Amino acid sequence: MPEPLLQAVDLRRSFGTVHAVDGVSFTLPEGGSLGIVGGSGSGKTTTARIVVGLEHADAGEVRVRGRARPSRARGREQRLARAREVQMVFQDPYLSLDPRTGVDQVLRETLRLHFPDRDPEPRIRELLDQVGLGTRAADALPRQLSGGQRQRVAIARALAVEPAVLVLDEAVAALDVSVQAQILNLLADIREQTPIGYLFITHDLGVVRCVTDEVIVMRHGSVVEAGATAEVLAAPQHPYTRLLLDSVPHPGWNPDRIAAARQELTSPLAQPTQHTGGRSEPT
Amino acid sequence: MTRGPMTRPPRPASANGSTASANGSTGSTTTLDVRGLRVTLPGTARPVLDGIDLTVGSGETVALVGESGSGKTLTSRSALGLLPPGATTEGTVLVEGHDVLAMDADRLRALRTDTVAMIFQDPRAALNPLRRIGDFLTESVCSARTGDRAMGRSAATARAVELLDAVGLDDSALKKYPSQVSGGMLQRVMIAAALMGDPALLLADEPTTALDVTTQAEVIALLARLRERFGTGLLFVTHDLDLAAAISDRVYVMYAGRIVETGPAETLFARPRHPYTAALLASTPRLTTPGGRLAAIPGQPPDLRTPVTGCAFAARCPLATEVCDEHAPAPLQVSEGPVHLAACHHSDRLVGEGSAVDA
Ligand SMILES: Nc1ncnc2c1ncn2[C@@H]1O[C@H](COP(=O)(O)OP(=O)(O)OP(=O)(O)O)[C@@H](O)[C@H]1O
Ligand SMILES: Nc1ncnc2c1ncn2[C@@H]1O[C@H](COP(=O)(O)OP(=O)(O)OP(=O)(O)O)[C@@H](O)[C@H]1O
Ligand code: SF4
Ligand SMILES: [Mg+2]
Ligand SMILES: [Mg+2]
Repeated sequence: MPEPLLQAVDLRRSFGTVHAVDGVSFTLPEGGSLGIVGGSGSGKTTTARIVVGLEHADAGEVRVRGRARPSRARGREQRLARAREVQMVFQDPYLSLDPRTGVDQVLRETLRLHFPDRDPEPRIRELLDQVGLGTRAADALPRQLSGGQRQRVAIARALAVEPAVLVLDEAVAALDVSVQAQILNLLADIREQTPIGYLFITHDLGVVRCVTDEVIVMRHGSVVEAGATAEVLAAPQHPYTRLLLDSVPHPGWNPDRIAAARQELTSPLAQPTQHTGGRSEPT
Repeated sequence: MTRGPMTRPPRPASANGSTASANGSTGSTTTLDVRGLRVTLPGTARPVLDGIDLTVGSGETVALVGESGSGKTLTSRSALGLLPPGATTEGTVLVEGHDVLAMDADRLRALRTDTVAMIFQDPRAALNPLRRIGDFLTESVCSARTGDRAMGRSAATARAVELLDAVGLDDSALKKYPSQVSGGMLQRVMIAAALMGDPALLLADEPTTALDVTTQAEVIALLARLRERFGTGLLFVTHDLDLAAAISDRVYVMYAGRIVETGPAETLFARPRHPYTAALLASTPRLTTPGGRLAAIPGQPPDLRTPVTGCAFAARCPLATEVCDEHAPAPLQVSEGPVHLAACHHSDRLVGEGSAVDA
């Protein structure tokens, strides 16, 4: 059996008394797509940041093609190689873009850094076109773009690096459904053409259904359910997964009832000593 | 939740604000009345907002959906008098009968603390990372208000704790910095902040996009209670059509700076009469959608540098004919009963077909 593309082994990370990530393991095969769903504050972003190397783990290991990812890169070459292993698109595009740098300049810098021998210009146009941004966006500054346009810049920049693993943290949430459909189709095409793997964090179970093969459900730092996406969504085993599915807006949707069900799911269980600031979050 | 000292008496809830006229008095049941709003940005070839007509009655929930970059955020920000630098405007934006675009800085400040609140799309961009969440929540009601509307610090803190509780956060959040809480928690802080001043009009720009579905449900339940008890008008910008259908009375669909369709949520989603609305519905990934490709709309909306003659959707529309390139379609009533307008030359071709447009 070939080594899996990405492996997380028993990751742990605490902030003070908060166990943000509490023993998370998963495997992403070459060309695979793994979804991470779960409540607000359940540790999804922290897990992603550990995988990318933006956050250190208190314990556990991240392996890419069987090799442990060193916690720190030495020198330029190693840093670039590391960046090509894993790229991330963040939940908050505003923060990840330099407010003084134009969109085409962002891409040009990234391409020059990683592919100094190639002419960046045709690739810049290709990337902008792929994420559905026109020429006005190309020389705009981040604040002159709408939320969804900024997010597409961030996606284009991550794709420019041609990473082995792309981590998308709520990367399509800010997009309207037609642009979202274009981006999801683009990601599907890239996955067909290359061995890239996706780690897809999203609150939208419809998106999970559409773009992932497997899914893990997180709650309070732990994985409560894992399996093939189609199976987990069709026959959820954990009550929390069932609550998530019931919460998706649909005809006859009753937010009061969901809020009550959520409280109920919390109450019979002991309150954790660590509280994550989310008092009413299911424990 | 119990209310703080700033509780205002409930306003009469109106059934539908769209027919109410702006008579300049605060007794109007139309909380927000945008008429013919046209906004042009420097260095562009067409208005970024091109004749927007939109109303929100008191106690009414109105959804604004549409293409990324179509102007949803600009439209909602106009109700706060916040437009990009250098923008030129035509038309009026009336909030409780008063024209926001004609207000001086003092009136605008009062408007933003007492009458209109906004939940921004990008919470981290709207927050100072060096200020604690507690200070952020209390500063607007403590400092910006004057006279009898000013609030003491301890009253403001009590109110902040109460609202944090209502959005499912405990008071430990007060002492935290924005970087120490997750994206969904921060968005709930923003929602609490918007409710601090008991607004008559709440502009919510994708307020639940960063939230998981169960938290989203809780926030929606909270907003629904608010509107029932205080007659708050809610303009809800969202990309989630199923959510828009579930929570709103009326819906506006925007494309390239124009309202292309508006009507009661139920009718509009069940029987869309504009090809863009139909295409949006078709491209939504649902739990029942099989894996694989989605029905994306090919192409892109027109750039702001490109002038648009005719219908802005023509280049991407499966029903487009010559007339579409030449003449901009005017919004016309397309079904019997309540106001349901579609700006499309061929909207009759969508009758009875549901989401007839595919990619
Ligand atoms: N730098 C930090 N300092 C202190 N606490 C933190 C920090 N980063 C995250 N946390 C805490 O860790 C927990 C998990 O946060 P994380 O951002 O991973 O959640 P999430 O699952 O991504 O949530 P959301 O869906 O709301 O984005 C939260 O309780 C959060 O407050
Ligand atoms: N400060 C600004 N300066 C110049 N152009 C701007 C500015 N703010 C917005 N725009 C442009 O105005 C148009 C409308 O932007 P707006 O933010 O209203 O879109 P939106 O419908 O909210 O999109 P999204 O769903 O992506 O948030 C976009 O084309 C955007 O690039
Ligand atoms: S007016 Fe023409 S191009 Fe525009 S939406 Fe209708 S059919 Fe399509
Ligand atoms: Mg997160
Ligand atoms: Mg917006």
